[in-house]
This record gives sequence, C-alpha cells and structure tokens, in this order.
Amino acid sequence: SYFLRLARSRNYVSESEVCKLESVPLDFGDYHPLKPITVTESKTKKMNRKGSTSSTSSSSSSSMMDPLSSVLDGTDPLSLFAAAADPVTAAPPTNGARRKRDKDESLAVGSDFEPWSSKRGEILARYTTTEKLSINLYMGSEKGKATTTGSAVSEKVRTRLEELDDLEEGSQKELLNLTQQDYMNRIEELNQSLKDAWSSDQKVKALKIVIQCSKLLSDTTVIQFYPSKFVLITDILDTFGKLVYERILSMCMDNRVSLPDNFSPESVNDTAKETCLNWFFKIASIRELIPRFYVEAAILKCNKFLSKTGISECLPRLTSMIRGIGDPLVAVYARAYLCRVGMEVAPQLKESLNKNFFDFLLTFKQIHGDTVQNQLVVQCVEIPLYLTLYSPAIDWILQCIAYHAPDVLLTEMMERCKKLGNNALLLNSVMSAFRAEFIAARSMDFIGMIKECDESGFPKHLLFRSLGLNLALADPPENDRLQILNEAWKVITKLKNPQDYINCAEVWVEYTCRHFTKREVNTVLADVIKHMTPDRAFEDAYPQLQSIIQKVITYIYDFALLFSVEKFLPFLDMFQKESVRVEVCKCIMESFIKHQQESTKDPVILNALLHICKTMHDSVNALTLEDEKRMLAALINGFIKMVSFGRDFEQQLSFYVEARSMFCNLEPVLVQLIHSVNQLAMETRRVMKGNHSRKTAAFVRACVAFCFITIPSLSSIFTRLNLYLHSGQVALANQCLSQADAFFKAAVSLVPEVPKMISVDGKMRPSDAFLLEFLCNFFSTLLVVPDHPEQGVLFLVRGLLNVIQDYTWEDNSDDKVRIYTNVLHLLSAMTQEAFIYHVDKVDSNDALYGGDSKFLAEINKLSETVVSQILDHLKTLGKEETLKRQSQLALYFFNTILAHGDLRNNRLNQLSVNLWNLAQKHGFADTKTMVKTLEYIKRRGKQPEMSHFTDLALRLPLQSRT
Amino acid sequence: MGTALDVRVKRAGKVYRDGEVLSGVVVITSKDTVQHQGISLTMEGSVNLQLSAKNVGVFEAFCNTAKPIQIINSTIEMVKPGKLPSGKTEIPFEFPLQMKGNKVLYETYHGVFVNIQYTLRCDMRRSLLAKDLTKTCEFIVHSLSQKGKLLPSPVDFTITPETLQNVKERASLPKFLIRGHLNSTNCVITQPLTGELVVESAEAAVKSIELQLVRVETCGCAEGYARDATEIQNIQIADGDVCRGLPIPIHMVFPRLFTCPTLETTNFKVEFEVNIVVLLHDDHLITENFPLKLCRM
Repeated sequence: SYFLRLARSRNYVSESEVCKLESVPLDFGDYHPLKPITVTESKTKKMNRKGSTSSTSSSSSSSMMDPLSSVLDGTDPLSLFAAAADPVTAAPPTNGARRKRDKDESLAVGSDFEPWSSKRGEILARYTTTEKLSINLYMGSEKGKATTTGSAVSEKVRTRLEELDDLEEGSQKELLNLTQQDYMNRIEELNQSLKDAWSSDQKVKALKIVIQCSKLLSDTTVIQFYPSKFVLITDILDTFGKLVYERILSMCMDNRVSLPDNFSPESVNDTAKETCLNWFFKIASIRELIPRFYVEAAILKCNKFLSKTGISECLPRLTSMIRGIGDPLVAVYARAYLCRVGMEVAPQLKESLNKNFFDFLLTFKQIHGDTVQNQLVVQCVEIPLYLTLYSPAIDWILQCIAYHAPDVLLTEMMERCKKLGNNALLLNSVMSAFRAEFIAARSMDFIGMIKECDESGFPKHLLFRSLGLNLALADPPENDRLQILNEAWKVITKLKNPQDYINCAEVWVEYTCRHFTKREVNTVLADVIKHMTPDRAFEDAYPQLQSIIQKVITYIYDFALLFSVEKFLPFLDMFQKESVRVEVCKCIMESFIKHQQESTKDPVILNALLHICKTMHDSVNALTLEDEKRMLAALINGFIKMVSFGRDFEQQLSFYVEARSMFCNLEPVLVQLIHSVNQLAMETRRVMKGNHSRKTAAFVRACVAFCFITIPSLSSIFTRLNLYLHSGQVALANQCLSQADAFFKAAVSLVPEVPKMISVDGKMRPSDAFLLEFLCNFFSTLLVVPDHPEQGVLFLVRGLLNVIQDYTWEDNSDDKVRIYTNVLHLLSAMTQEAFIYHVDKVDSNDALYGGDSKFLAEINKLSETVVSQILDHLKTLGKEETLKRQSQLALYFFNTILAHGDLRNNRLNQLSVNLWNLAQKHGFADTKTMVKTLEYIKRRGKQPEMSHFTDLALRLPLQSRT
Repeated sequence: MGTALDVRVKRAGKVYRDGEVLSGVVVITSKDTVQHQGISLTMEGSVNLQLSAKNVGVFEAFCNTAKPIQIINSTIEMVKPGKLPSGKTEIPFEFPLQMKGNKVLYETYHGVFVNIQYTLRCDMRRSLLAKDLTKTCEFIVHSLSQKGKLLPSPVDFTITPETLQNVKERASLPKFLIRGHLNSTNCVITQPLTGELVVESAEAAVKSIELQLVRVETCGCAEGYARDATEIQNIQIADGDVCRGLPIPIHMVFPRLFTCPTLETTNFKVEFEVNIVVLLHDDHLITENFPLKLCRM
C-alpha cells in the first residue's frame, strides 16, 4: 500500500551500531559535575554572639542537603534583619567572634568588634515607657536666653501640637504629653529638619537643631526611657558629625580629586581649615555643658583637618569635661558616646577609654546619693530597674576597653570593680563586655561573686543570664562544668517571676546541651515545663521557649535520641499559639532533613514527626502564602522521602495512604506521594525480577489504584497530565494493561482542558511549549502500548489525534502541524517489523499484529490524512507575512521524510524535492543549513544501497544568495 | 543692577598683622561693558567709642570727643576712568599694612562701648546717570606678638561662706567648701583659660557652675571717664549636683573678635575678667572674680 512504500524499513540494531559513538572507557575519577555535593563537616563554632537564638548555619554532610534549604535556617539577611528588630532574638549581624588578639591594631576596628548599630535595636526595644514625654525646643539665639535650664514640664496642656519643622529664630516649642511613639516620630522629624536645613545651606539653623536635641539629653524625667532617648538623639548627632565632616572634606577637593583617607593636615587648604576652626569656635561658645560636650564629640573627627594630634588632645579633655555632669546616668551615657565616637575615629587611643571607666568608678557612689534617690522617689522608679538603665552604657564602655585588650588589663578592671563592694551592676557589665573565654575560665569565681552580691540592688537573675551567655560561647574548665550547672540552676529554679526565670533558663539550656547528656537536658526541660505551665505563663515566653527548642535541636540532632528525651514532646505542647507552633515544627523538620542520614522506620520518630508535620499541614488555610505552602510542603516531602520500611512494602504503602489522608491540602506532598508509590511499584517489580506473583500483582495494582484516585485531586493540569503518563508507564511496566489504558485514556481526555495560558512561578505564560513537549512524550509511549482487544486499531493514537484536531490552537501557531510531523515519526516506527523499544514482558503491537497488512493499511490511512493536513497547512502559509514560517515548516517536513521516508518511492521523492524548493523559494532559508543538509544527503548516498540519495541530491538546487 | 562689585582678600581667615601686605582681588561682574570714572581702594581702621546710656547725661558736654579715632586711612587708585569689558573682571591689589610714625595698630575688637574695626572699601565712581558702587569688606588685624616671655600667674582659690563679701545673712547660707585653681591669669589669647575646681562639700545640691567672661571697657578723656563691665559669654562647666571631691576641669576658649589683648590707651581701655559662678539648688548664687591679662604671643 501507499504508506508501506513511504516509510523506509529500519534495522534499528544495525543503525545503532553505525551511529553509535566509539565507546571510550569511562574514568570515574573524583570529579563529576553531577555528583552530589558532599560537604566535609568542618565544625564551625557557634559564632553568634550572646543572646542570639538563630540556629547555627554550620555545615552538614548530608548529601540530601537541598542548597535552597539554607534559606530556611534563619541566617539569610531578611530573617537576620527581622531578628535584629526583635528584642529577644536580637542577633547581631556580625559574628561577634572575639578573635585572638590581632597583631594588626590598625586605625579602624575590625569586624570582630560588635558595632553600635547592633546594640541600637536592642536598647530601643528594651527601654520603653508608657509615661508621657515632652520635648522642649528653644531656637533662640544663645545669648538672649531667658528661660532657666532644667524643667521642661509646664502645667499647661496644649490641645494642638504645632508643626515642629517651623523652627524659626527665637521660637520656642514645648511639646507635651507625647507618647513614646510620638516622641520617636518627633525626633525623626528633627533629624529630617536637620538634613533639610543643611542641604538648604542653613548651617546655623542646623547647629541650633543639634544643640537643642543634645539638650534633651540633660532631661531625666521619665528616666526609664533615657537609654532609648540617648539612642535616638545620638543618631542625630552622628548625622550632624557626618555632615560637617563631609562638607569640610568636600572643601578640600582639589581638581575634583578628594583627599586620601589618611590625609595629613598639611594637605588641607586654608578655607577648609578656617571653616573647621569656625565650627570649633562656635561650639566652644555653647553655653550649656551637655550640648557643648555632645556637639563637640560629634565632630571629633574634624580635628583631623587641623592637626595630627588634635584628636588625641581632645579626647582626654572631653573625658574630664564629663566630670561636670552631675547626674550619674547622664554622665555615663555621655561617656558611652565619647567611647563610641573615639572607637570610630581613633580606636588606637585606648587611654581615654580606660579613663572614662575609672572616672565612672570614681563617681559610682553618686548613684546611692540623695539627689539620685530623691529623683527616683519622685518618679516612682525602683532601684533595681534604675540600675539596669546603666547597663547599655557600661556594657558599651567595657566592650570598647576589652576589645583586643590583654588579660592583665581585664583582670585589673575586674579587681577595680570588686573593690567597689562587689557591685552587681558592674559585675554584670564585666560579664557582658569581656571576652567569653576570659569569663568562662573564671566561672567559679564569678558564681562566688554573684552569690555575694547585695540582694536589693541589681537583679541577680540578670547576672546568671550574663554568665550563661558567656558559657554558651566559651567552655569553662572540664572539672568545674557540672558544679557550675548545679550552682546556677539552684538559683535559677528558685526564681519566682516566670519572665525572669525563662530569660535565665533560655541561656543556660545551651550550656547544658553543650556539655551534658540527654538526662540533664531532660531535667532542665522538665524544670522549664514546671515553671512555665502555671497560669499559662508560657504564653508570654514564646520567643524564649522557641529559642530553647532551637538550642536543643542544634545539639541533639540524632532524632532517635532527641525523641527519647521524655520531656521533649510535652515541651512542645506549651506552644499553643498556632503561628509559633508551626514555626517550631518547621525548625524541627529543617533539622531533621539536614541531619538525618539514613531512612528510618523507627515508630517513635515516625509518630512524632507525623504529628509535627500534621501540625504544619493543618496550619494551611486560604490565607496562607504560596511561599509558605511551598516551604511546608518541602519539609513534609523531605520527611516522606526519609521513611522506609525496607522490604515491608505493604507497610510502606499504608504509610503513604495515611500520609495522603493527613496532608491532602498540600499538593506538592500529594505529588511526592504519587511518585513514592510509583517508585514502590517499580521496586516491587525489581524485587520480583518482573515476574509478579498473585500477591505482588495485587499489591502493584493497589499502588496503581492509589495513583489513579489521587491524581484527579491535583489542580495543576500539567502535573496531572505528566503524572497520568508516568503512572501509566509504571502500570504498563507492571503488566497492568487495563490500568495503563485507563491512565492514558484519562490523559487523552484531559488534553482538551489545557488552557492557552498557564501560571508559571506566578507569571502567566503560553502553555503551547509545555503541551508540545508532553504530547511528544506521550506519543513515544504510545508506540509500545498494545491495542486493547475490544477497541479498534490504534485506539489511543486516534483518540489523541482527534483531540489535537479539535483543540483550539493559537491562531498563528504551527504547533499542530509540528505535532503532526512528529506523529509521522511514530507511524513510521509502528510500521517496523520490530519496534525500537519494548516494555519487558509486555507484547506491543509488533508482536500482536505481526506485520498484519490490515494493521499496516490502517497506519497508512492515518499517515495519508496527517500528510494531507500538513500540506494543507503549508498552502495557507503562502501569504507575505507567513513566508518565513512556511519555509521553516517545509524544511522540517523535508527532514522528517529524509529520516523516516523511503525515498525510492517516486512520489515521496518528488514531494521532498518540492518541499526543498518551497523552503528556499522566498529567500527565507538559512543557506548554511541548506548546504549542510545537502552535504549530508550526498554523504548518505555513498553508503551501500543508498545511491538514490545521490540522485536526489542532484535534484536539489541550492539557491545562491543574491 | 547689572554690575556687581566685590572685594576679596586672599587669606581665608582675613587675618593680617602690622607690616604685612594685604593682597586680594576686586571682582567686577557685569553683563555689559562698564563705563566708570575710576576705581579706588581705601583701607580704613578706627576705634569707635560709645557712651553707655547711664553715663551720657554726665559726660555729654565734653564727650563729643567720642567721635571715632582714626588709626589708619589710605587710598589707592586702582583703575583710571575708562571701560571694563563685560563678564567677570578680577583686579588684583596689594596693600601694605604699615603704620606711620610710632602709631600702634590695635587689634580688631568688637565690644559694646569700644569697637576697633578695619575695612577695605572699594569705590567705583560712575557718571551722573549711574550710581556710584561701593563695597566694603572687613579684615581682621592681630597685633604683633608681645616681646618677652609670658610669666604664668597661677591662682589658687577657696570659696566658703566665710570668704564671701556682700552677704546679707551669712547665717542662712548653706555650708560649702569649693577649692580650685586657675593655671594662669596671664593668658595667651589663642590658648584656653584652664584650671580645676573641686566641690569638696556642699550642703545644698549644686545646680550649675559657670564661667562668665566679662569685658571691662573704659572710655574717657582728661575730664572724666566711664567704666562698664558686660558679659561676653557664659560657659557652663558643671550641670547638676556634681560628685564631691572630684576635680572638674575649668576650660574656656576666648572667642575671636570679642576678645583682644588687654589694651590701655589714653582714650580708652579694654580689660577682661572671669567670674566663677556657682549656683546652688536653693538659688544661692556665689561668684568669685578674677581679673585676666590677655596677650598675643
């Protein structure tokens, strides 16, 4: 018949022999680009500074490690940012590793110095108030000042606050009854007006704003807010300092070349020097001490323009100037600011840092003096609270001193503090600021000192917390370890206030996990549960409890061991707020996926993790973000993949069934389950070496059924199509012919539903490329699918062709014809005596029909229809704007004939010549391609029995380029 | 207003001393060509004395003498009458700052009753139709370094209720003991006034401690004189109830223009003093006065 003459008969084996590349012995060396990445475990010490709760980002050796999952472990910049804003989990962005003393004591502090910026957030979050605040601004000239300093509070209550940025000469603004948030907004407005004034060249106004702002620092009403006020206002001062410095620096530009970083005063021109000097004279004439101090400190760096020794002369003077500040709290913050500026501008000048601390010690007695005590009584502030207001400042000063300082100095500092009656406030700051190694080595001494401390002053639990933070970073001597834990926990467990308790316990959990076994960890967890359960105290302590879990799973990542800690699951029960609960579950699952090396069937682990995954799954609702769902699904999938019951396939299947019922709201999990079940079926086949017993056949059918009923519940159409095809292939491989047919039929009937546009990664994309790919894949499978005895010949192929025919294709696309061309490949493969591939133990149509002529005639008829469709389509492309497509399509069809057709047939030969000419007719053919094609034909012609190719080549003219 | 005139001296700080040459440029900017009758530059220096209101009545009769005392006045012709091209024209000049005879070039000083000021004035005379253009620019004169070495004159002080004068009810005063010292009352004007102060004890809380810089200006002639003390600046060195027994630094920078080396002439005097002012919480005000002698080295 017609097509028989068209399709050339193929001997796949010999063709493969000819075409095969010469085989080269493969050298399986160490390197292979696709080899799973194995990271050799390098124990990175936990570098996060104290108080951090973010998990370690230390390496893992798991080959299952998903490179993207590193996003999940909380060290990405976004979550770090979030953490910094969170008071409890505030984790500094720098790895606060206090390295061994660098020999390079250069002019700038290293990255191992925890910068002020990382303290800011913590202070703002910690020192808050609900009291009303006031701002008093007087923008008059300094000399004519009438009001007395001090009290900014007036009894008048202003009903309306006037605009702040109206800072005219001589105006006075008193803003009363501000909430903390109002206050912060106002300060930010001032910051903005400073910048505006500066950029509009109103330098005097800018200076006045800065003076007025720093004056606010002498006001200690609402004292519990003072540390935060300091943070806000010194931000403005920093802005000002930078503006002045940059302005003067820009005056030094010579021919658009700015000064090098380490310029010398000699290279500064006179105008810049004069301007700089003017600033200093102006500031020196500021009447009030505190603004004069702060503003001069703010522009300390500008001394570089005037002389080499300027800064080193200024720092001691400013240091002793602070002695004039009577209020000890105001003074200590002034010292902190000076140290901060000093560290930034001249970190090598350590003398002033020490002097600041010693001066502070000298004035320490003031804290207990009458003036301070009276003030506290008026403001109703308790001594312990008052003392904690000092911590940020003292911590900072000590941190500056301790940076790269020798142990001798630290010891001396410690002794000096001790002399002051073993003061808890100082002790706490010493522990916060000094190197963890230094503290850890003397842990027992510190415990002794903490015990001796006066009960009435600084809160003792804070001391234990500080010690614990050090011990989380550095190890105490081996012999002391247990005693330290006992001593500390003895105190901690007695804390009555749940917040105090949990803040301490949180820190000490890390120490416990680090050095002790599951027994001690269990005891600690039990103690926490005991303290936090009454009155549902846990509700106010979720961040701390979460951090405890984080720490436990950081150290105990053997999940069999972890779940054998009896109190672990009861501990989880304390997370009763869903969002927190899910977060915790996510952490645990992340850890599991990261650390679990081998698949498991341990019932304890399975039960616990199923429970955890279920919790995550159940949190999904209509409002859950796609990303969140993706993340949850990835975690659950990670778990599913790690579950294996070995040879107990039935158990495995029933696990999957259970999982399906548990995780039905997360499609990616269902997809994973379908793949897992398919894999299970194939595994069964492998074990049975392809010969299913009654029992395994039934089991495999159960697997197939699982897939068949699960797929329709998925929403993505291509997922469904591909899974139908895939599952059909698996069914076929397992000799479940009717089930395979069912899958394929389902796929065929689904194709018409494919929309023109689909959403890919949140963007709408045309679906044609996906559909084309799927259909080609599908047709390749259909080659080996045997015809159903009760259906007609090539029932599925016909069905699919009909669907393609009826599908509404994009108007100006050639997809349908491309598919038809590909169908010709299939049909020519079907006419072969033996198909190119088979499914083991399944008879395909070649065996069923044995080259029956009726069967071949059917194929022939089909091909004729398809060819005429293609030719019709080519004709419709004769218009000017579609000529290029016509050329491409003609060449495509030509190649198909070349590959699959029997060119000895005259009609086919003529058709190919026509196509060749059509492709070139309008000059849209690529000459290079045409030349290469022709060369190929000539080469083929030289092979035995292929002389008709040589003849053909002669009939194919090459169009010369005009 | 098509034409703009500007005088710029070369030094950024505009500071010159006797014997130096004042150099700079006169800048004329104009869209069109400028027709003029000559451009001249005048250097002027004078002492302006003013009588305080309270003394005016008494001295009116003879103190018409309070007209400015000229220190220096000289003019140079820069450009002969003619035309200047459009755009920006810069005409450089050099002006020697030299006193005739044994006259002294007093240092620039801006006070209340005494003002010593030096200016450069550029005049562009123009035809009848156009207004003459004038631009003045102040420059600053520093006197020459004084010869010889400045002898430091440290002063120790102790302030207690007993040391005070002008006290009405000594019994009502709270007890206090404040000690300290000034490193020198002979001060170089470019160096800060320094010293230390210790509040050894004080019954009442300290509210503030301030340094008050005072100018004492004396104007007059043979017939009589007026002497006035006014505040130049007030610098707070302690704010709040300072720590007892801890030395607090005394540090004050002498402001430019408003201070000059202590000056004594036949017609007027400019002297300086510093007050240490301690303000206690019950509004007791304690002041201790120290005359200073300023000089330029």
